[in-house]
Amino acid sequence: MTTGATISSAALARRRRAEAWKRNWRLFRRNRAGLFGLGLLVFFILLAICAPLLADGDGLDLTTAPGGVLEHPSGEYWLGTDDSGRPILTLLIYGARVSLFVGLLATLMAMVIGTLIGLASGFLEGWPAAVLFRLTEWFLVIPFLPLALILATVLGRGLFNIALVIGITSWPATALLIRSQTLSIKERPYLERARLLGASKWQQVTGHVLPNVTPMIFANTTLTVAVAILTETTLSFLGLGDPTRVSWGTMLDGAFSVGAITTGAWWYIVPPGVCVVLVVLAFTLVGQALEEVFNPRLRSR
Amino acid sequence: MSSPEGGPLLEGALLEARGVQVEFVTRSGHAARALDGVDVSVRRGEVLAIVGESGSGKTTLARTLIGLQRPTTGEVLLEGRPLTYSTRGLRNLRSRVQMVLQDASASLNPRQTVYESVAEGIRLHKTVASDEQARNEAELVSAAMAEAGLRPPERLFLRYPHELSGGQKQRVLIAGALALRPELLLADEPVSSLDASIRGEILALLLKLRQELGMGVVVVTHDLGLAWNIADRIAVMYLGRVVECGTTEEVLTAPKHPYTRALLSVVPEIEELEPVVLTGEVPDPSRIPTGCRFHPRCPALADGSAERAGIADACRTAPLEILPATGLHRVACHLDRVLSAQPG
Amino acid sequence: MSGATELLAMRDVHVAYRTTEGTLPAVRGVDLVVREGEVVGVAGESGCGKSTLVSTVLRLQPKDAVVSGDVEVLGQDVQTISWGDLRVLRWASASIVFQGALHSLNPVQRVGRQIAEPILVHEPALPADQVQRRVVELLDQVGLSAARGRAYPHQLSGGQKQRVMIAMALACRPRLIVADEPTTALDVMVQAQILDLLRDLVRDLGVGLLLISHDLSVLADVCDRVLVMYAGRVVEAGTADQVFTDPLHPYSQALSGAFPRIGDPAARYAPAGLAGDPPDPRALPSGCSFSPRCPRAVDRCSEAEPPLVEVAPGRPVACIRVGEP
Repeated sequence: MTTGATISSAALARRRRAEAWKRNWRLFRRNRAGLFGLGLLVFFILLAICAPLLADGDGLDLTTAPGGVLEHPSGEYWLGTDDSGRPILTLLIYGARVSLFVGLLATLMAMVIGTLIGLASGFLEGWPAAVLFRLTEWFLVIPFLPLALILATVLGRGLFNIALVIGITSWPATALLIRSQTLSIKERPYLERARLLGASKWQQVTGHVLPNVTPMIFANTTLTVAVAILTETTLSFLGLGDPTRVSWGTMLDGAFSVGAITTGAWWYIVPPGVCVVLVVLAFTLVGQALEEVFNPRLRSR
Repeated sequence: MSSPEGGPLLEGALLEARGVQVEFVTRSGHAARALDGVDVSVRRGEVLAIVGESGSGKTTLARTLIGLQRPTTGEVLLEGRPLTYSTRGLRNLRSRVQMVLQDASASLNPRQTVYESVAEGIRLHKTVASDEQARNEAELVSAAMAEAGLRPPERLFLRYPHELSGGQKQRVLIAGALALRPELLLADEPVSSLDASIRGEILALLLKLRQELGMGVVVVTHDLGLAWNIADRIAVMYLGRVVECGTTEEVLTAPKHPYTRALLSVVPEIEELEPVVLTGEVPDPSRIPTGCRFHPRCPALADGSAERAGIADACRTAPLEILPATGLHRVACHLDRVLSAQPG
Repeated sequence: MSGATELLAMRDVHVAYRTTEGTLPAVRGVDLVVREGEVVGVAGESGCGKSTLVSTVLRLQPKDAVVSGDVEVLGQDVQTISWGDLRVLRWASASIVFQGALHSLNPVQRVGRQIAEPILVHEPALPADQVQRRVVELLDQVGLSAARGRAYPHQLSGGQKQRVMIAMALACRPRLIVADEPTTALDVMVQAQILDLLRDLVRDLGVGLLLISHDLSVLADVCDRVLVMYAGRVVEAGTADQVFTDPLHPYSQALSGAFPRIGDPAARYAPAGLAGDPPDPRALPSGCSFSPRCPRAVDRCSEAEPPLVEVAPGRPVACIRVGEP
């Protein structure tokens, strides 16, 4: 009977978790903006994943560009071509890959670094915590663009390096958030109870602080991705992007440098810009909806 | 301050505090004495009530006894040996003495199920390995919850704290403490946030645990009725000191300290005593009055009885000694000393 | 006393909450009257509906609450009068000291300013010095010095904050005050001080007071009449003395016995309490809602909800076994 209790409690625990997921999904569904954002997100992610199926990869190669220079949108090229004759639509679809990849990778880095430092600076006492906090503040106040420029110059231009640059400049915001959450959780009675029961600092952090901080990390992540994608676009637009790859930012850079605005080649500027806006919007809406799901106080009755 | 005689003050004392002082530095920079010299002793299997209002230092005393708070002066002794504040020393203390904190709702991690909350202590102390009956974790959790009155335990395993009533949450906390098989349980205001009608159940549980497991209980409370219900001995605290102590019968039916008398008189269930509503509130612990710390509010000083006994000056200027933790009915009061010295 | 004006008259009040799971009854038919100079107490624990009841007095119930029955303050039906009339009534005819009011004070405003706020809302034309004089007068009435008006909430103790809340409730000279758990979370001595204060205010100002508490002994000290609520209904009523010293309903008996008489040897090592928890409004027991926990329940208790019947003049009880051995 007793081993039965253990087995069934594990199975029941799994069922409880499944129920929790369903409940959270139901709550998420109630937020129509969030659903819209999710739909957009799914659309763009599928676009990125299925890029080879949707557009011919050869269209990216400058040497094998099929179309003429800056052709208007037509039946053949739905969104026209760029200054090298490449179809805009192809560039857009493959650009989605880069933008999303860099955005997600950068966010992952920012999250990991930010969480570790945030937890440590919030939970530890004395000088280690103070040092980490100062580090966070220091990185926070450094002007972003000069730092990004310096890092890009030092590290060289490449997809991974851009992600690194963005990650290094984004983690402080996360760290501050996690730190303040950690500070408030640290004082809660259930932490003291854990200490009473004999938990070490590590056990307190992993057993109590982290699980209670995780929902906030989750919701914050989606918002960070939005910022990361926007940042990647900015850096690429400034010419710091990977020269061998196409992203929405490099498209905008290209459009700007050929004077697409003055020549009226709107199909070169508008699509990538709109895509960036839509993706950032999608992540933001989803992030806000997630915050409502995980923080009951934000929900409307 | 360890006395050369060593050894516990009271026979069979399990946990003691000797001359314990706890000082904080407040935001404004002043030193506040939450505890200003306390001697307390708890015997095995005894129920002691520490009674006082806010600012009395009762919670600080409980936290000091269990090692969550280090005394600025004085020491805490477990079976006559001073506590070591190392991880091992504290872990050893907490395998024998456990505490249920005030505010049951906030003491449970909202993301942990009841099972996980109760199992936490078991996992930390690896109780499963040392269990004589070779029970596994689920069985130990089950047993602890059943002992705390949660039956059948399995039905509550997967509940979350917000799905429990106040009484159930309190029992879960008690179960979590019981899982470690402590010899002494400290309970800080165990029933004050619960509905009046379930109060009795929780108190009866504490008595039952004493009876069946030989577990001692130290209850920190402002409720004198609670002390009357379950306590063997009682210590009344005011502004960081014990002002009266003794058996519950002695202190509550024949109180000697003016503060105890005033507290008793305003308990609505007592009709015999004329209500003495003290003016003002307990002073700030950073500004403890000189002499007897109760003198600014003492009715005996205000109505002249102190003058007549000739000790009014002493009340205002002469500090009182720390009451020793012996079993006798003792009072920290100048007037009482004079009156009890008189024959008849 | 029966000739005095009725300040509050609640007749057959029902309050239910509309939720996604259906309509949950919170108050199921309560009659209550508070007259001038009278102190009426409502005793009950979490989930009995007393806070919901209090919220209807000034139409402050949540939006998803449905109220039926009469709630009359000074003769006006609070639930149906116009918004303008309601604004006049709120605070000037009746005011409420809410539960947990200690936490409702604005931490960044001095308390004197907060006490003045209702005055400024109701009498905007009043010159500043008169407002100030009134604030000092109110502080004095609740036993605080004028200097205390310049303090911020965090500088005050629990008892002082509660006095500030009472001063705020008195600001517009209401004729009826409702106090929801005014002494919970306060020390015993401070509790006694606040109860004394309330008693003095009733005597000096001639207001009517409706006092809510889960502590029957607190009510016994101050009230003239006491009603005991359980699961949304009144299960017993009478004078404070009657309900406290000779309760007839098993629930009132449990409440009364929860806090022992100190000095009573029978209460030593014998804490008295009820098993179980208050009923879930989503799943009220059939018949008497108290029967699952009642030490005197028999089979016929689950057949029907016992009606509130006067077993003696002014002594209604909702139990079919009153008087039986």
